[in-house]
Amino acid sequence: MKTFTASLLALSTVAFVRAAEVSIVLPPETGTYKKAPGIELMQANCLMCHSSEYVASQPPMPRKFWEASVKKMKEKFGAPTPDAQVAALVDYLTANYGVPEKKTP
Amino acid sequence: MNFPHVSRRSFVTQAAQAAAAALAGGAAIARAEESVRLPFENGERRLVKFPGKRPLILLTHRPPQLETPFSVYNEGVITPNDAFFVRYHLSNIPLSINTDEFRLEVKGLVNSPLKFSLEQLRKDFENVEVVAVNQCSGNSRGFFQPRVGGGQLANGAMGNAKWRGVRLRDVLDKAVLQAGAKQVVANGLDAAPIPQTPDFIKALEIDHARDGEVLIAFEMNGEPLPMLNGFPLRLVVPGYFGTYWVKHLNELTVVGEVYDGFYMSTAYRIPATVGNCIEPGTAPKSTIPIQQFRIRSFLTSVLDGGQIPAGRETLLKGIAFDSGQGLTEVLVSTDGGNAWLPAHLGKDLGRYSFREWTYAWTPPNAGAFHLKCRAFNRLGETQPMEPLWNPAGYLRNNVETTRVTVA
Repeated sequence: MKTFTASLLALSTVAFVRAAEVSIVLPPETGTYKKAPGIELMQANCLMCHSSEYVASQPPMPRKFWEASVKKMKEKFGAPTPDAQVAALVDYLTANYGVPEKKTP
Repeated sequence: MNFPHVSRRSFVTQAAQAAAAALAGGAAIARAEESVRLPFENGERRLVKFPGKRPLILLTHRPPQLETPFSVYNEGVITPNDAFFVRYHLSNIPLSINTDEFRLEVKGLVNSPLKFSLEQLRKDFENVEVVAVNQCSGNSRGFFQPRVGGGQLANGAMGNAKWRGVRLRDVLDKAVLQAGAKQVVANGLDAAPIPQTPDFIKALEIDHARDGEVLIAFEMNGEPLPMLNGFPLRLVVPGYFGTYWVKHLNELTVVGEVYDGFYMSTAYRIPATVGNCIEPGTAPKSTIPIQQFRIRSFLTSVLDGGQIPAGRETLLKGIAFDSGQGLTEVLVSTDGGNAWLPAHLGKDLGRYSFREWTYAWTPPNAGAFHLKCRAFNRLGETQPMEPLWNPAGYLRNNVETTRVTVA
């Protein structure tokens, strides 16, 4: 029983070896974007490559930061985001993860 | 202000966890209840257990990016494999590797393109070891003011391990370099989920690659590399930032020009200025690839906001490292930076390793104290008293302040 328990623990905590195959199983992804208008676009455009913390862990940043981020994802990382959806993504990011925008007179 | 604080939502949960851990022979059990707050805005993080790892600070889940809790650095100068930080760029990472079929390919400007099995690498080349720090370029990025985008890390994206492997030089020489070889381009098995994204590929100058210190490592602290740290092979580039330590290494290409892939020519660049810093909030005129570590030191035995007993001696303890130039001294100030006295340096595990330092301090009275430490090396390099700034949030190495109460 002791050995059996130890084996179970080994299986659950370290990479397991089967013949010449070394494998791991990642824990389930739990992060989500904030529920707000535009979340569907975020899910469709961003989650194909990375989890939500890439956005959610950033400090509150101004609109120009989020504009530059979406542009970088499109131009440097090849995200297949349609041009027509860029503005809506930037709106969502600024509204939910940005610095509150001051109204200019 | 630079250290995470474990927040315990429930003593009952904590106690249950401790009991479970005791039953499991010390194995840490993941509990969603445990979280930390890194000491900057939006620094709430969960501790999550990934395979081969104890619960670590979750930066991102996919791809996995995990930060080492700062308390680990006080346990010893070697960072345990299960606490070692994890950093990936692209989310299509290898989860299963067949060690019989795996091959490391050497190609490009070589007379004999070769493919090595893991067994051949181990048996055909001299096995060597080095204790070396690996540190992420963006370690401590979360402390930048003004804040910059990117992985928002505290000080836990660094670790020190004993790496065992073979020299990159020996492997390249077996393939016989051709005239005109300028750089060695290293690629690993990790890839992007869509083909439009540039693959994570790095390049070393040929003289650097052949200096005898760069290793193709297969072991870390006496065990196979953890999968999330690059199993079965990774580059070990002592003194250089982790971006060059390519994980899951399976392809080396010798080229006759400067490799211009995204992660060399666009990303991982620092300002081409003295100190590689610029006025906060501005953009650099020109940039160069990031290369070697800047000298750093940390107090580990007491964290910011901590308490020290009055009326008796306390042994302050910490770590220091540089890019391998040779540490000469760590000075400690217990009065906010006015007076500095030398710390005792611990065992020397090699010039690329963390070096422990200790300083026996008897507080003169009760009250609030600001503790600082500052390392120096053979070149006379030391840590700046104030933070330097660059737009990518790299290279942080200023003297940190730990505020304590003596009571």
